[in-house]
Amino acid sequence: MAKVRIPTQLRELSGGQSEVSVDGGTVAEVLDALEGAHPGFRGRLFDDAGKLRRFVNVFVADEDVRFLDGLDTKVTDGQTVSIVPAVAGG
Amino acid sequence: MAFIEALTCRECARTYPAEALHVCDYCFGPLEVAYDYEAIAAQTTRETIAAGPRSIWRYANLLPATNDGAVDLGAGFTPLLRADRLAAELGLGELWVKNDTLNPTGSFKDRVVSVALARARELGFKVAACASTGNLANSVAAHAARAGMKHYVFIPANLERGKVLMSAVYGHNLIAVEGSYDDVNRLCAELASEHPSWAFVNVNLRTYYAEGSKTLAFETAEQLGWEAPDHVVVPVGSGSQLTKIAKGFRELAKVGLIEEHDVRVSGAQALGCSPIAQAFADGSDYVRPVKPDTIAKSIAIGNPADGIYALDEVRNTGGAFAAVTEGEIVEGIRLLARTEGIFTETAGGTTIATLARLAAEGVVRSDERVVAYVTGHGLKTIEAIGDLGPTATIAPTLEAFEEAVDLEGEG
Repeated sequence: MAKVRIPTQLRELSGGQSEVSVDGGTVAEVLDALEGAHPGFRGRLFDDAGKLRRFVNVFVADEDVRFLDGLDTKVTDGQTVSIVPAVAGG
Repeated sequence: MAFIEALTCRECARTYPAEALHVCDYCFGPLEVAYDYEAIAAQTTRETIAAGPRSIWRYANLLPATNDGAVDLGAGFTPLLRADRLAAELGLGELWVKNDTLNPTGSFKDRVVSVALARARELGFKVAACASTGNLANSVAAHAARAGMKHYVFIPANLERGKVLMSAVYGHNLIAVEGSYDDVNRLCAELASEHPSWAFVNVNLRTYYAEGSKTLAFETAEQLGWEAPDHVVVPVGSGSQLTKIAKGFRELAKVGLIEEHDVRVSGAQALGCSPIAQAFADGSDYVRPVKPDTIAKSIAIGNPADGIYALDEVRNTGGAFAAVTEGEIVEGIRLLARTEGIFTETAGGTTIATLARLAAEGVVRSDERVVAYVTGHGLKTIEAIGDLGPTATIAPTLEAFEEAVDLEGEG
């Protein structure tokens, strides 16, 4: 099982939970399982072409998956996958 | 104000009312002001602009607020100076410097703050706030004082003395945060949620705030006789200023104030904080955040909010990025001072150093009409330029002077 950290703005989809545990060996599988458990995440996280939205960051063990293997990034048992909206400013 | 239609998400195009909103609820993309350009075109001419005030507010029809006077310290309409001596040093032809050091608090931030706080007051806000690398802090504190608004200004604790003092002098509250600008910014994002009655100019008011930078393009075109330049070089922190300058030139063409003209846009970053320049060099579509370490603190943003848009703009217009060293930044400051009589802070030094680098590489060309944006005053970062001092220190006698200074050949 992987733990998925849900940001405040998306907790309406997870019934208020800040953390959800789902199965999956890659980021894609984990986010698929999240959609299965709590429908609605896919549209918020991915654009129409199925790419991760540009202002949504996904971290595995505190590393941005864009700089790992993207959605194919491996997730091991017990690891935390964090969904973090980009912060504006400056 | 009269010409705002809505706010639109730059990513998914969902629309929102023109309130204190900055992020799309659905996809987290930034919101952008959508205008009724037909109405603007019908009511705006070169003559109506020329009849307006000598400030950013002469372009009010293309801004998302109305000037109520209370937060107007006279931002904008700064000189655009032909820079022939600098051009000769760099092997360039027609070079201009937009001297935006001459704003009320010494940087271009007065443009964006004037717009943001004018809009904030229209929306009923009584408290001004910001996350700042320094120049914005100076400007928010000053404009809030002018308008009689309470303010909360947040800066990294390691800022230059001049910027700290120039923020503190306007009264409470200046809060120094232990950490980088990115830490300050994250804190302010949380504070903006906790205190929705505060107008954080670059958080919840950011959609309006950022629009103020378009006036750098508007003025440049007007000062060139209503023509756009061929190539602009802009300092890049968050990337907002660069994207808004490019947008400004496009808007002028859209409302018929100038001819359509392709403007190449190039960006200046300090090597010690160059996430966008790095993405450009790597051909990457993503900007990887970095930990800033540079004397160019005003553009030391490791996680730039508009990074991908700045990257797109530079790529789409055939510009380039450079990431210049601390030594080049200091030399850039001294070169501009020596050749054109303009003293700029480290961000301006970064711009001039980038101009020099891109000119040497043939990216900025001698057959182009070039504008370099110099956006902050040198007195803000005196620590950065080292131990400059008098040519000589002498007794008050003619003899001592003649002994100390070599007058040969100077009559």
